[in-house]
Amino acid sequence: MEEKRIVIELKNISKSFKGIQANKNINLKLYEGEILSILGENGSGKTTLMNMLSGIYQPEEGEIFINGELANIHSPKDSFDYGIGMVHQHFKLVDVFSAYENIVLGIKGNIRNAYGEIQNICDKYGFELDLKKRIHEMSVSEKQTVEIVKVLYRNAKILILDEPTAVLTPQEIDKLFNVMRKMREDNKSIIIITHKLNEVMAISDRVSILRKGEYITSLNTKDTNPKELTEYMVGKKVDLKLERLRIQATAPTLEIRGLHVLKDDKTVAIDDLDFYLRGGQILGVAGIAGCGQKEMCEAIVGLRNYEGSITHFGKSIKGYSPEKIKEIGISMSFIPEDRLGLGLAPNLSITDNLLLKTYRQNKGPFVDRKSARDYANDLIERYGVVTPSTETPVKNLSGGNIQKILVGREIGLKPNVIITAYPVRGLDINSSYMIYDILNEEKAKNTAILFIGEDLDVLMTFCDKIMVLCHGKNMGIVHTKNTNKEEIGLMMTGAKNLTEEKPGKFGIAEDSNLSSKEWEELKKEDVTPNE
Amino acid sequence: MFASFLTGAVAMGVVYLFGCIGETLIEKAGNLNLGIPGIMSLGALGGAIGVNLYFAIFGTGDIIGIFLMIIAIIMSGLFAALGGLLYAFLTVTLQANQNVTGLVLTTFGVGFMKFIGSSMDQSLLTRASRSIKTLFTFYEDLGVFGQLFFSYGFLVYLAFILAITLHFVLKKTKVGLFLRSVGESPQTADAQGINVTVYKYSAILIGSAIAGLGGLYYVMDRSGGTTFVEANIEAFGWLSVALVIFSMWKPTIGMVGSIIFGGLTILPNYLGISNVQLKLFAMLPYIFTVIVLIVTSILDAKTSKPPQGLGINYFREER
Repeated sequence: MEEKRIVIELKNISKSFKGIQANKNINLKLYEGEILSILGENGSGKTTLMNMLSGIYQPEEGEIFINGELANIHSPKDSFDYGIGMVHQHFKLVDVFSAYENIVLGIKGNIRNAYGEIQNICDKYGFELDLKKRIHEMSVSEKQTVEIVKVLYRNAKILILDEPTAVLTPQEIDKLFNVMRKMREDNKSIIIITHKLNEVMAISDRVSILRKGEYITSLNTKDTNPKELTEYMVGKKVDLKLERLRIQATAPTLEIRGLHVLKDDKTVAIDDLDFYLRGGQILGVAGIAGCGQKEMCEAIVGLRNYEGSITHFGKSIKGYSPEKIKEIGISMSFIPEDRLGLGLAPNLSITDNLLLKTYRQNKGPFVDRKSARDYANDLIERYGVVTPSTETPVKNLSGGNIQKILVGREIGLKPNVIITAYPVRGLDINSSYMIYDILNEEKAKNTAILFIGEDLDVLMTFCDKIMVLCHGKNMGIVHTKNTNKEEIGLMMTGAKNLTEEKPGKFGIAEDSNLSSKEWEELKKEDVTPNE
Repeated sequence: MFASFLTGAVAMGVVYLFGCIGETLIEKAGNLNLGIPGIMSLGALGGAIGVNLYFAIFGTGDIIGIFLMIIAIIMSGLFAALGGLLYAFLTVTLQANQNVTGLVLTTFGVGFMKFIGSSMDQSLLTRASRSIKTLFTFYEDLGVFGQLFFSYGFLVYLAFILAITLHFVLKKTKVGLFLRSVGESPQTADAQGINVTVYKYSAILIGSAIAGLGGLYYVMDRSGGTTFVEANIEAFGWLSVALVIFSMWKPTIGMVGSIIFGGLTILPNYLGISNVQLKLFAMLPYIFTVIVLIVTSILDAKTSKPPQGLGINYFREER
């Protein structure tokens, strides 16, 4: 590689949070006009490190050099002044403001010509952005575009993108990568934080690897390969092979017919959906984010009103309260985009979060903290949760560790149906495999599993069957051994619809627990939905 | 009869309007200040001290209205802003819980005003009130029209000017945009290089000063300087906070709302009703506020919601 100018150099940077070392003696270089990937498992300190460049955090030790000079970044404003712009993983946008208002936010100078200037930036990089649209009306990818334009409008020479692809469709990812290449042509330097190896290989010139808060090495992308990168990232050789357990499935555990669910804004989320789950079988759900997956899960566990029938071992569960549904063994762990939004109380400790689910087993008015703490210790040991103690607030843990607790807690309740949505969202390889192993263990115990996933490769190898949703409609249910990624991809976009080709064939179990007459009766029975 | 009711409603409503404008400004910066009743009491106390100060400086001869007004407004705003400073220091700098701090400030402000105020000479207030109460003298020749629009004291016009100014600043200016971003999402504002602390402090101090004028207005104008320590400013303060919700954080609606609240407050005087019914009437503004809350919640309109960051302290390195 020819000698280029160094724009950022980090020397011996260290940072810790309440006793948890997030970064330790990190050294890093960024050259002008290059795309640098920062690769690392979750909790390896990538975001923390970048937040020190963007002025959100202050390093405890070490020095930052920008364009060869020692830089003091005390606030986000200082960071802008050095020409650094960061697109955070959790977007920093004001929901009720328009795109335009968000972009000019904090600009000190004259903004009279801003509208035209922003329009020019959009044209130059090929963004389609309605500047008058409010953020809360936007899709995730539009929001991300606003974030990127915001940084560009401030004339940033150095862009930091924190896991920008986590919430995008493959097409949107391609678009983003094209934009990034265009920026590189403009001699801007880009840092992309990711843990997806294929993206590292596709977009970056160089890659720097962090592991457990420590700097491991930097490599030229063209001189390396995913296997090598994985080794550096996890520190030991890992078997990348995902296993599909082959066991005899049981009779249908959960059967769903004619499911209709509405979204919060009263638009249709799920439209006439039939499917069933068998014990010892994993049904994967593929679909672009926001195609009704969340609403479907909520309907099943009693958190949302619905039309249609849901039966559990042949018994209708319509109108059951969420507690009752949990009692009969249906568990859900939904990992939302922000990971902390559902399922765990961020300020409470691990023990307290476990108590939230188990307190009903306590006799008398007092909570039994002792056994909950033992349970917490058990989880920490079994799933390798990294935490100073069982009493650490959950929000101080890294994403992967939070997820392990969430999934571990759900499985601890010994369910016969597990509904899990994006359980590996934002997780590194090691933690992901741990979660897959847990699910496989459950499958071996004849638990029925509904797995809502993002990564098609994982769905294809891990699940027994895949149901494809497109705008709340069932596009068909296929055996993973009889299909391929292309077919699923076509179904996800609605270009192929198996249910239309063969109506009535999908999602109706031949060995249903109920006869068709009984289903008819269920349909007629209008159980008042619980609020 | 109706004209006198309407002027009465406007005049009464201005007490709430000052409190509402001040609190709206503070809430737009993301701070829920339940200390408004206390701050209005401090404003009343400051105003009374200002009046005494005027007489101490200029003697008790003929009153020079403009000096009296300026000194009263400055002292009132200053006392109220000191209350605001205490609140801002506790909640913004020390990150104390906003609700608790506000309630403590209310208790303190009301008590402090009664304690200091009870030892003050009230006859001076009554005298000074005459020149604060009226601004124009020609209105009597204009009949009903004159009575409706020109019969008030300076502070009434000031309240409406402040409401319109706040509306304009929030909607049309860069400062307003930045301020709203601080209230909606301080993380975003901070990441954009906006100094969250400066914005919050400024909004709280200015908002408190404006709210304080409500206390001054009630004592020196509305009640004609006849009630001071015995005035129930605390109740007016709570109504002001209710008016912020009623107005859906919009100063323009606040102006109309203040007249409605004012009308509901004085309506019993025009109906000749018993004490029990009086208590029922006193509830009406709150019931109206509850109805507005219910309706806006049902409509689920994003633009009629409180700022998203309201009531939450901001700490940059929070994880």
